[in-house]
Amino acid sequence: MISAGIDIGSLTAKCVLLSDSKILAYKVTRVKPKIEETAREVFEETLKIANVRREEVLSVFSTGYGRSRVEFADKAITEITCHAVGASFLIPSVRTVIDIGGQDSKVISVENGRVVEFVMNDKCSAGTGRFLEVMANALHLKLEELGSIAMKAEKKITISSTCTVFAESEVISYLSSGEKIEEIVAGICDAIASRIVAMATRVGVREDVVLTGGVAKNLGVKKAIEEKLGIPVKVPEEPQIVGALGAAVLASRKKNI
Amino acid sequence: MKRLKVAEKMRNLMAGYYMLGHQAKVRAWVTSGAPVEILYAMDVYPVYPENHGALIGAAKLGSYYSDFSEKRGFSRDLCSYARCDIGCVFAGTSPVGGLPKPSFLFACNNICNTVVKWYEILSRIFKVPLFVLDVPFVRKELKESHLRYVEDQLIDFIKFVEKLIGMQMDDSKLREVAMKSIEAVKLYGECLRMSKNRPSPMTCFDAFINMAPIVCLRGTDYAVSFYKEMKEELEDRVKNRIYAVENEKFRLLWDNIPVWYRLRWLSDFFASRNACLVADTYTNAWTGFGELRSSDLISSLAEVYTVSYLNIGLERMVEIINGLIEFYEVDGVVMHSNRSCKPYSFGQYEIQKKLSVPSVIIEADMVDERAFSEAQVATRLEAFLEML
Ligand code: SF4
Repeated sequence: MISAGIDIGSLTAKCVLLSDSKILAYKVTRVKPKIEETAREVFEETLKIANVRREEVLSVFSTGYGRSRVEFADKAITEITCHAVGASFLIPSVRTVIDIGGQDSKVISVENGRVVEFVMNDKCSAGTGRFLEVMANALHLKLEELGSIAMKAEKKITISSTCTVFAESEVISYLSSGEKIEEIVAGICDAIASRIVAMATRVGVREDVVLTGGVAKNLGVKKAIEEKLGIPVKVPEEPQIVGALGAAVLASRKKNI
Repeated sequence: MKRLKVAEKMRNLMAGYYMLGHQAKVRAWVTSGAPVEILYAMDVYPVYPENHGALIGAAKLGSYYSDFSEKRGFSRDLCSYARCDIGCVFAGTSPVGGLPKPSFLFACNNICNTVVKWYEILSRIFKVPLFVLDVPFVRKELKESHLRYVEDQLIDFIKFVEKLIGMQMDDSKLREVAMKSIEAVKLYGECLRMSKNRPSPMTCFDAFINMAPIVCLRGTDYAVSFYKEMKEELEDRVKNRIYAVENEKFRLLWDNIPVWYRLRWLSDFFASRNACLVADTYTNAWTGFGELRSSDLISSLAEVYTVSYLNIGLERMVEIINGLIEFYEVDGVVMHSNRSCKPYSFGQYEIQKKLSVPSVIIEADMVDERAFSEAQVATRLEAFLEML
């Protein structure tokens, strides 16, 4: 049977089609002001990629910040449960999921694919993807470039502030005083990693640790988190779709019962 | 939300209480944890700015009244009860037309030290005397010296009021008031304990809505007869199988002061997910007065008001919460990390680790609706229920 998971985040929408425990297709798009329309579009585009008709999909679950506004979904499940399920599907040995999304980040403790505990940071943009986006803008760099640039640094500059707005002005002043870009970028990755690690310590970190969300693609952040935790961190091939995947997995289970 | 019928009565009762205040000869503004029995015994009308703050919160006017004090330089980090109360003084009005001016002020720091500064400010604004009842923090056990220290102050306080009103306190009147206080507290406790029933006839939201009399009218006949009636209604509910949440599946405990402007939203949120908040730490804090002894009134008053819930160490708090978890057989704890109330919220992350059931923390404020983000709270709570 075919099931679908749709994850409407604050910046991107993702859809995953699953058939008998195999990913048929997935798609990531930007979120538009109209959530219902965004959901429909990302769903249709994924169907097209997989060459599957709408009627063939027996169950659709939604998740993410806009989950309750996807009217055609059979059920809405929080991104916390979905990330735990999605990460366990890809890496069954997972015990800790660190998800860094566009506007929030969370650490989830997992046991047999189930959530045991979680913490979220959603009051402050420092520690989320938004932080990196603002910094990339301040440095006139592309968001995707940050990771590889950070990897070139031999040392890192300490970004002392944990507030996005203040950190931005700090970065600009480092720039004008002639500090090396890669060292500033490494410092930025380090700043976000220290927020995440502080949060992770609260739930307790157990291996394997899986990093998900768009920011997981940033090697600089991954490396900084590994350094601070003192253990390796696994990143799925497509870290952005883990929530949608979890929703699709749960949707497939529902119909099996 | 299936409100209790007594809620209507409570509203009238409290409307009457607020109205009476304007006619009273001598009025004291008091903190919620102050020994009000002494005031009632001397016919001093107690005005509760904290209850007034809750009322403003429930009317969703928290940020509106807070603005009046913020504009005068009060920080938004200050407790929103204080901000709103002082804001109303500056605004010259409130949802109940403003509180009647005080003859004197009475603050007890057994709940926090914010109240001391807050009442000092009120004292400067109204130019009336302030009595601060300073209660030592009880980290572990209550020492004899602590008690004596508080007792001495209670005697000083009685003299302070006697001098102001030009009349002596009648000991038998104090005893009479104390007896009513004990009676009301006992009945209120019995009401709360009705939630032990499965499914529960009430939720903590009912407890919150109907708590004003135990705070403001403790020591009067009004509180006694009100809680008698509430208890009867709850017994009726149990008998007739009327449940607060139809398909009660999860039983939960609430920690901290309610989010006053979101009572209905939260109540509907949980009910629609078959979750019943059967009890809470906040209203339960008012059930610990049972120890008042009429034989040794002043010293038992000193004791009861010193070991209040926010004046004890974390270990003791954990014991109390775990006790509630066990008694009410709850599956999880919902902790409101309240921006306003530091003494209540500060230890929550530590307490959380020591509880016998899972818990979730939501961030908000009891009165200031600007500190509430619906989507974020909903996600946390939903995820928590999914986890259970
Ligand atoms: S800080 Fe807490 S205890 Fe103190 S007045 Fe405010 S709400 Fe009450």
